[in-house]
Amino acid sequence: MKLSTKTRAVTLSAAFASTLALAACGASNEGGGSTDAAGGSSSEEQLSGTLVGAGASSQQAAIQGWTAGYSSLQPDVTVNYDPVGSGGGREQFLAGGTDFAGSDAPLDDEELATAEERCGTDGVFELPNYISAIAVVYNLPGVDDLNLSPDTLAGIFTGAITTWNDPAIAGDNPDAQLPSTSITPVHRADDSGTTNNFTDYLSQAAPSVWTEEPDGEWPLEGGEAANQTSGMVSAVTAGEGAIGYADESQAGDLGVANIGVGSEFVAPSPEAAAAVVEGSELVSGRGEFDFAYEINRTTTAADEYPIVLVSYHVGCISYEDATQADLVKSFMGYVISEDGQQAAADAAGSAPISDTLREQAQTAVDAITSGS
Amino acid sequence: MTATDAPPTRPRPRQQPGDRVFAGSAKGAGILILVILAGVAIFLITEAFPAFTADSADLPGGEGLFSYVAPLVFGTLIAAVLALIVATPLAVGIALFITYYAPRRIAAALGYVVDLLAAIPSVVYGFWGIFALAPAMVPFYGWAEDNLGFLPFFAGPASATGRTMLTAGLVLAVMILPIISAISREVFSQAPALHREAALALGATRWEMIKMAVLPYGKSGVIGGAMLGLGRALGETLAIALVLSVSGGITFNLISSSNPSTIAANIALQFPESTGLAVSTLIASGLVLFVITLLVNMLARYVVNRRADFSGAN
Repeated sequence: MKLSTKTRAVTLSAAFASTLALAACGASNEGGGSTDAAGGSSSEEQLSGTLVGAGASSQQAAIQGWTAGYSSLQPDVTVNYDPVGSGGGREQFLAGGTDFAGSDAPLDDEELATAEERCGTDGVFELPNYISAIAVVYNLPGVDDLNLSPDTLAGIFTGAITTWNDPAIAGDNPDAQLPSTSITPVHRADDSGTTNNFTDYLSQAAPSVWTEEPDGEWPLEGGEAANQTSGMVSAVTAGEGAIGYADESQAGDLGVANIGVGSEFVAPSPEAAAAVVEGSELVSGRGEFDFAYEINRTTTAADEYPIVLVSYHVGCISYEDATQADLVKSFMGYVISEDGQQAAADAAGSAPISDTLREQAQTAVDAITSGS
Repeated sequence: MTATDAPPTRPRPRQQPGDRVFAGSAKGAGILILVILAGVAIFLITEAFPAFTADSADLPGGEGLFSYVAPLVFGTLIAAVLALIVATPLAVGIALFITYYAPRRIAAALGYVVDLLAAIPSVVYGFWGIFALAPAMVPFYGWAEDNLGFLPFFAGPASATGRTMLTAGLVLAVMILPIISAISREVFSQAPALHREAALALGATRWEMIKMAVLPYGKSGVIGGAMLGLGRALGETLAIALVLSVSGGITFNLISSSNPSTIAANIALQFPESTGLAVSTLIASGLVLFVITLLVNMLARYVVNRRADFSGAN
């Protein structure tokens, strides 16, 4: 509620700005040249209405970037996004309360069955539109560069490795001067998609050390816990010898570890995050436009960073209402466009999707229709 | 009053409309409090009911309501008791200094400053706790682990961030300090001048005078103030939510990273991501907190009333 007012305010101010921009555009048109907005949306018809979404709070900042950018193309469309959490977002979408959902995980089989009631036999689209690298952040004065292999990382977070000069860490960092400071691993206290992806990575890349199932709630007892990404960052900043995991864009001044991939160590970057999604397999047995990925956590390609959070947009291929279909189609078209992905990168520090992913997503956006 | 043979002659005051309006609104306000209290109790019980009857595997944690709420109750009590242990002697000291030791002008200014502490919102205390107090306590925690580690309270491993139960207790102590010291100050200043002068006339020093005349007189007031402070400490939410690192069960270890949460902080942190039965469980924990605060207040009443005969609290 609080957010939607904020979103509306952003939308309104952006709409106002775009009115001015259009006026300026009109004037320059007389001179002959017309400056088309990238994405070709200026040729589209102007829509009006309200698009309602709900879901993952990880996307919240990106959604603000998208709504601001989108309203300069479609000033009469209001996009409301309620960051209730992934589970709540999927639930509301499947119950028909919202037009699309944002979710850190694709629909499971049970939800896919429910989705047929919601969307009809044409099924759903799931687009990996928000990709963000999860950085392993640490606070260790004097150590600016840190390499961690998957097994070492898992050992630190299970509590098996307790000091920074442990032979396992020294083995990954032969040139570093490691102090004997004890390690304080920090995990998220709240249920979070970041934790889910991080534990998923640990369980796949270091199965011999990390034996817990992937979970949004930290599965182990004890250890330092912090709320939300901001709490995580401030806890790691406060504790010398602390190590945690957070969105790469939020790492700030903290040290960021390079993670062992194959025989190399890779630093998190938007490009490497987008690359690992592109190199991953689609979940098999899904609909034609259901681009749910099984992230390849055990990649060995040195340009891929395997600890990423992928947040999806879930919607129907076929909506009953024509306006609704047009709105979803047009908004999703903007989100996957280069402009849209850049807007999210500016607002949230996310990784823009690659051209291959964009072409693939475009087929789904083109397929969105109304009625049947 | 003189006893007369003709009671009916007692004149009845004439009821003005203003009297009736005032009496009615005062009575209404009194009843409203009861209605609100009953309403809250009924709301808590009805909303929490599904959590009492549900299968224990369906509740958060999967081990039943008791094992979910027990660490929270423990955390709530230990944080509040820590705060009380630290704040009460300090508050009594402040109150005595202001009433009997400080020069009048300083006393007035100091009283004002202490009252001002009560006006700071708890979220600010939380930020102070996490950014200033917690890092400042880290060296002490390391020292305590090395030198006092034989005590269960300082068993360690010491937290590297300082976000421990002891830090949370200290933040709470600062928050409840103004309540206890304001009430203590009030009762100390009302200690009968005759008692005090008698003590001094018998040759007592100032400290002996305070010990003989002021403290016995003010005891019930201090206890009442401490119970009010305890009430605030039990219900404090934001400061705890910000400061405490929550990742463990029941433990007396005050300086490690693994602490049980408190009821209020747990509700605030878990509610946004909760649905259905999880919400009922949270409300059930709120009901437990409601009962605890009710008991604390009744205990405070009892203690104050028991000593009411020879104190000025009535």
